[in-house]
Amino acid sequence: MIASFLIQTLNGLASASLLFLVALGLTLIFGVTRVVNFAHGSFFMLGAYLAVSFHGFVGGGVLGFWGGALFAALAVGVVGAVAELTILRRIYRAPELLQLITTFGIVLLLKDVVLYTWGPEDILGPRAPGLTGAVWIFGKPFPQYDLLLLVLGPLIGLSVWLLLTRTDWGTRVRAATEDRDMAAALGINQALMFTGVFALGALLAGLAGALALPREPANHNMDLTIIADVFVVTVVGGLGSLPGAYVAAVIISVVKAWCIGIGDVRLFGMAFSFSKLTLVAEFIVMAIVLIIRPWGLFGTPQSPQRVSAASILPMPVPDVKRLWPLALVALALLMLPLLADRFTVVLATDIIIFALFAASLGLIMGLGGMASFGHAAYFGAGAYAAAVAFKAGAPFFVAVPAGVAFAGALAMLFGWFCVRLSGVSLAMLTLAFAQITWAIAFQWDSVTGGSNGLVGIWPPDLLSGKTAYYFATLLLAGAAILIIWRSAHAPLGYLMRAARDSRIRAEAVGVDVRIIQWRAIILAGAAAGLAGALYVFSKGSLSPDSLSIPRSVDALAMVLIGGVQTLVGPVVGAAVFMLLQDWIVRATPYWHAVLGITLILITIIFPQGIVGTLRQWRQRREGGP
Amino acid sequence: MSLLEIRELDAWYGRAQILFGVSLAVEAGEAAVLIGRNGAGKSTLMKCIVGLEAERRGTIHFDGADLIAESTHRIARRGMGYVPEDRRIFMDLTVAENLAVGRLPSNGGAAWTPEAAFELFPPLAAMRDRKGGQMSGGEQQMLTIARALMGNPRFLLLDEPSEGLAPVIVEVIAGAIAKLKARGVGLLLSEQNLHFARAVADRAFVLDRGHIRFAGTLAELDADAALKEQYLAI
Repeated sequence: MIASFLIQTLNGLASASLLFLVALGLTLIFGVTRVVNFAHGSFFMLGAYLAVSFHGFVGGGVLGFWGGALFAALAVGVVGAVAELTILRRIYRAPELLQLITTFGIVLLLKDVVLYTWGPEDILGPRAPGLTGAVWIFGKPFPQYDLLLLVLGPLIGLSVWLLLTRTDWGTRVRAATEDRDMAAALGINQALMFTGVFALGALLAGLAGALALPREPANHNMDLTIIADVFVVTVVGGLGSLPGAYVAAVIISVVKAWCIGIGDVRLFGMAFSFSKLTLVAEFIVMAIVLIIRPWGLFGTPQSPQRVSAASILPMPVPDVKRLWPLALVALALLMLPLLADRFTVVLATDIIIFALFAASLGLIMGLGGMASFGHAAYFGAGAYAAAVAFKAGAPFFVAVPAGVAFAGALAMLFGWFCVRLSGVSLAMLTLAFAQITWAIAFQWDSVTGGSNGLVGIWPPDLLSGKTAYYFATLLLAGAAILIIWRSAHAPLGYLMRAARDSRIRAEAVGVDVRIIQWRAIILAGAAAGLAGALYVFSKGSLSPDSLSIPRSVDALAMVLIGGVQTLVGPVVGAAVFMLLQDWIVRATPYWHAVLGITLILITIIFPQGIVGTLRQWRQRREGGP
Repeated sequence: MSLLEIRELDAWYGRAQILFGVSLAVEAGEAAVLIGRNGAGKSTLMKCIVGLEAERRGTIHFDGADLIAESTHRIARRGMGYVPEDRRIFMDLTVAENLAVGRLPSNGGAAWTPEAAFELFPPLAAMRDRKGGQMSGGEQQMLTIARALMGNPRFLLLDEPSEGLAPVIVEVIAGAIAKLKARGVGLLLSEQNLHFARAVADRAFVLDRGHIRFAGTLAELDADAALKEQYLAI
C-alpha cells in the first residue's frame, strides 16, 4: 500500500515537471508582456511533433532523442520569436480579452499547421536511449526516464531562476516585469526584451513537448489538454510566481496520480472509480484554493482592473424610431420558410440557436466585462441535461426546461467562483471549468455515452418537421434574446455596466458587484442552456464536442466579429460566422486555420467588430469626436 | 540653441487636451523649475519629454535631435534622465540591482558608478542589498535619482523631488542638484514648494491649466504678487 502510494507520488512528480516547464514559460511571458499566451499549449504540441520528425530524420540513439529535444526547443523558440514579432507586438496595448483571443487565433492556426504537416494520426515518439528500463523502489518498478524527468523539471526551473536573478538581462527582465514603462525610461529596449522573453517561454514549452514523448504519443489534443492544466496550475499557484508554478504543478499532478493509484474502491456499499475522478479531483483542489486564496497560493491580490474610458463607447438608449430594421428582420424570419428550401431552413435554425448562444455570452462579456473562455460548458450542459431527461422518458416540453434549469444551476456553481476573479485569471478559470465539464461528459459513459455521445433525441410529432421546429426555435430563442436585450436597459444591465467601468465606485455607492455579476452569469448560463437544448433536438444527437473549448471559442468569435459592446453585435456575428463556416468548410478542410487567421486579423484591425465599427463610422459622420 | 528647447507642445490623454502650445528652453548647467497647482500639467509635460503615455504634438529639441517621435528607451539613451513623481522604484529589486537596471554607456565624460552615486547620497551606501520595497520614502527618492544618474544623463527631469520628504533629506537632494549643475547637467524640476525652488533653481516657468503663464527668474516671480495670487495661491 505504502509502496504503491510512493510510486504514484513519484509518478505525479514526473508529470509535474512537464506541467511546470510549460507553466513557467507562460508565467515568464505574462510577467513581462502582460499577455496570457493561449498558444503555449500549441508550442508544447509543436515541440513534440518536431522532436518526432527530427528523430525520424536523424535516427535513434542519443543524438536522435536528446538532439531532437534540443532541436525542438530551439525551433519552437524561433517560432515564438516570429509570433511575437509579427502578431503579439501589435496587441500589447489592447484590452486583455482581445489579447487572449488573438493568441487563441494562433492556437487554431497551429492546430491546422500540425494537421497539414504531420497528418491526423497519433505518432509514437522515440524513447530515451539507456533509460527505457525500470528501477525498483520498495519492490515496485518505476520507469528510469520518469526518475530523470522528476529531477529535470526542478533543475531547469533553477537555471531559469539563476538566469533571472544572477544576470544583468535577468535583472532587467524583473525590472520590466514590475514596471515596463519605467524600465523604458531607463533606456531598456522593451521590444527586444519582449521578443527574447517570448522566445525563451516558447522554448521551454517546446522542450517540455519533446520530453513528453516517451510518456505519450504526439497527438492533436496535446495543445488544449495541457493548456487547460497549465491554466489550473497558474490559477492555483498564482499568476506570475515561479515557485507557485512548481508547487501548484506538484499538487495537481500528485493528486491526479493518487486518484489513479487508488483505482476502484467500495465506499458505503457503492463502487467509486477514483481513476475516473482525476478531473473532479483537479476541480476540487482548485475550488479549495480559490475559496481560501482567490489570487492563488503564491500570488498577490489583484488590484481592481480599470477599463480605460476611451475604449468603451456609451451604449445608446434604444430609440423606437430606429427599431424598424429589427421589425423588418423579424418579418423576414417569419416569411423565410415560405421562400427558402429545406437546407436553408435548417441552416437558419442553426443560426438562430447560435445567435442566442452568442447573445448570452455577449451579455456577460460586453456589459459585464467578464471574459468567458468556457461558455460552451453551459451550452453543452443544457444539451446533455435535455438529452438525458428525454432518454429517461421526459417529453420535449419537460426536457428543454430541464436543460435550461441544469445549465442555470451549473452557472450558479461555476459563477460563485468566477465572480471572485477578474481579467485574465477569470478567463483561465472559465476555460478550466469548461475543460473539466467536457472531460466529465467524455468519461461518464453510463450517462453521457462517453465519446460516442447520445443519439435518437427528436422533438415530438408536432415539431418534427423542419419548418415547425424552425418556428419553435424562432419563438423560444427569439424570446430569450429579447429578454437579454431588455435586461441591458433594466437595472441589472445598468449595474453590470457600472461594475464593469469602475468596480470601486460601484461598490462605494452600494452595489454588490459580486451578486450582480453572479446573477448575470446565471442568466447567461440558462440562456446558453436553452440554446444547447434546442440544438440537441434539432440535430437528434449529441457528442462531447458540443462543450469543447473550440465550441466556446466559436461563441467568442461570434461576439467579437459582431462587436462586444453592442447588443445586436453578437447576433449579427453569429449569422456571419455560421454562413462563413458553412461556406469555408465546403471549400477547405482547414477551417480552423481560416478562423484563426480571421480572429487574429479582427483583433488587430477591427477590435470593435462589425456593428461597433459601423456605429463608429456613423458617429463620425454625424460629427461626433 | 539651448540644450533642451520645447516649442508649441500640445498633449492629450485620450480626448482630453492637457498641454496647450507649451514653449520653454533650459541650458546646460542650469536648473529651471516648473511651478503650478495640482493638475496644471507639470507631470504630463515631463512624461511628454520622455515619450510616456500622453499623445503629443510639437517639437522637443534636445541636443540636436527632435524627441517628439522617438521611443522612450531611445530618448533615455540620448541622455535624458527621468525621476518620476511616484519614484517608481523596482520594489522586488535590491538597491544595487535598481542601479544596475539604470546603467547605460556614457556618451563621453566620466561615467557614473554606484560608488559615485553613494558619495552623493551617503545613506544608500549601507543598504546595497536591501529591496526597494523595504526603503523609506526619502531613501527611495535618493535611489530613484541615483538610478537615473547611472544612465549618465546630460539632462535630468525631476518631478516633485521634495514632496513629502523630511527636511534633512530635502537638503541632501538640494546638495545633489547643485553638484549636478556644476557638472554641466541641465535640470527641469516641478515643484509646489517655492522655498525649495528658490534654493535650487535659476529660472522658473509657471504652468496653469496647460498654458505657460510666466517665464523668468525666481526674483522676478517673487516681485509679481498678482501673478502669484492668480496662479499659485491655493
